Amino acid sequence: MKNVQFMEIEGRSFGYLALLGILGAIILVALGAWYVMEHHGHYVTGMNNAVVWGTPHIFAIFLIVAASGALNVASISSVFNKTAYKPLARLSGLLAIALLAGGLMILVLDLGRPDRLIIAMTYYNFKSIFAWNIILYNGFFAIVAVYLWMMMQQSMNKYSKPVGVVAFLWRLILTTGTGSIFGFLVARQGYDAAIMAPLFIAMSFSFGLAIFLLVLMAAYKWTGRPLGDAIFRRLKNLLGVFVAGVLYFVLAYHLTNLYATEHHGIEAFILRDGGIYTQLFWIGQIVIGSLLPLLLFYHPSTGKNRTLVGLGAFLVIIGGLIQLYVLIIGGQAYPLEIFPGKEVIESSFFDGQVAHYAPSIWEVLLGLGGVAVALIMVALAVKILRFMPTSLADEEVDPHHSA
Amino acid sequence: MSNKTYNADLSRRHFFSKAAAAAGMAVAPGVFLRQVHARPAEQAATSEHRWGILIDTNKCAKGCDSCVTACMDENGWGRADASEDKSSPHQKAQWIRKVTVKDKQTGHVQSLPLMCQHCENPPCVDVCPTGASMKRADGIVLVDKHICIGCRYCMMACPYKARSFVHEDLEDQKVVAPRGKGTVESCTMCVHRVDKDGTPACVEACNADNHNAMYFGDLKDPNSEISRQLTEYGGEELRADLGLNTGVRYQGL
Repeated sequence: MKNVQFMEIEGRSFGYLALLGILGAIILVALGAWYVMEHHGHYVTGMNNAVVWGTPHIFAIFLIVAASGALNVASISSVFNKTAYKPLARLSGLLAIALLAGGLMILVLDLGRPDRLIIAMTYYNFKSIFAWNIILYNGFFAIVAVYLWMMMQQSMNKYSKPVGVVAFLWRLILTTGTGSIFGFLVARQGYDAAIMAPLFIAMSFSFGLAIFLLVLMAAYKWTGRPLGDAIFRRLKNLLGVFVAGVLYFVLAYHLTNLYATEHHGIEAFILRDGGIYTQLFWIGQIVIGSLLPLLLFYHPSTGKNRTLVGLGAFLVIIGGLIQLYVLIIGGQAYPLEIFPGKEVIESSFFDGQVAHYAPSIWEVLLGLGGVAVALIMVALAVKILRFMPTSLADEEVDPHHSA
Repeated sequence: MSNKTYNADLSRRHFFSKAAAAAGMAVAPGVFLRQVHARPAEQAATSEHRWGILIDTNKCAKGCDSCVTACMDENGWGRADASEDKSSPHQKAQWIRKVTVKDKQTGHVQSLPLMCQHCENPPCVDVCPTGASMKRADGIVLVDKHICIGCRYCMMACPYKARSFVHEDLEDQKVVAPRGKGTVESCTMCVHRVDKDGTPACVEACNADNHNAMYFGDLKDPNSEISRQLTEYGGEELRADLGLNTGVRYQGL
């Protein structure tokens, strides 16, 4: 394998500046939306006392889950010694930090009291998985930053493997923590399941790699740097495996629920009677987000077409957002079982009814703002530091790419 | 003679001491026992007590919402807070609500008030990242409004939908129940009354209407009315399967 050359991008083209301008504008609009929510209060959003986590949480959790998944490419090279992935490791680490920052920004700005962030950082209830996550997120930033340093300074390269192992383990713990935010909710029919942790890990593999693939394609196309078929095909095939992995966990989750009579209500709601949630599950999550990408990745006629594979990765992202919508909003919309064996015939607080939720424009804008923050961080970082190899052509990356 | 006198003295002394004891016993509940209960403001709540509410659903009148309106007036929410006017009915505070349920098998219909169940093992306290959700030593579950960051994880965790998020700016709040935009709130079991030996507003209103469907008292005092009722007739928890050991119990459910 030849020595891979890393180089900053020039970053003076009209396209680059336009990209920064568009992302910057989205961020400004998102901050404006946040101001509206903070100034007026959350009554301007779609949330209420039954559906307490809305669209911002969909985006935030998606980005946080994808962040740990985006690091996988680096882990595959450092921890599992796959040299073909090594040139991609720096970009992988950068994307991980950027996605986490974008996700956390949304999460913090959607708090009822974002001005009390310092309290969240100084008061800890160690029984709360949420408190653990705050530590895990901060640790992730620190560890991945050190990991990037080990990879980018030649004299420190020898430490990149042990640090990479720590980062890999940390990211597994982090996603376990994110999944457990839902897994530990004993009272809700849709959650309270240990499978949430591995499901979220599978989702992180899938969402993170889908974003990585698209960012890689865009970056190399826009900078005119070569991106070989070998590495592209590897990433595409791997993404397909991850998409199938998520499907497997989703199948296991629903089969287990379908077996237990206790859970028939929530299963009927998601799979059959839930209206928008049922449609989103089958059409959005399963067909558009899982089956169609698998077809695009593995069908001989489409799997070689980069545009169609890119479309597949994009659909994985859309399907992932929809999956989180069904999980988070659907799980809250389904009424709490406060009186097992009884039906609520009257309540001043809509007990026993499917809760209403419709996303407001402010919440959607805030969510998109988080995505823009992640992307602008990547765009700026690749101009300032050497994250991207000058070439990812087949012969540069891996002469034995048939392996 | 002297002997006689002595006897007379003895009997007189005996009489006075008995009278004093009787008078003491009559006054004691008003003086001494109240002193035991009333806790100075600077003294922390202790685990010697566990406050609870028992609700007899057979006595709870359908269509009556005295407990709900009394809570509103006492704590300044709902009809007692005109400034919470922009929030939708789904967004407005609901510290206590009336629910009517029908048994799926028997068709038996019951009416009951539903509020924070003041669990011994509250899921809301477990999940709160900052410790704002907390349980006092005497079992009352509260939100510390000073360190609540408004993340709403407690609302996700509560099995009873007992907590509300303040969706807008509020004005003219009650001194006893400060409420703040962007934080979470719920039934406090009228902690300000309990600390002064009082009874929660909902229980008081139910008794004032002669429904007598709610009992408030110390679950750790075997002689309290609530303990005697529970010992004699039992009382069920909502979602007993979760093992939360709620401080609010229901009879006849």
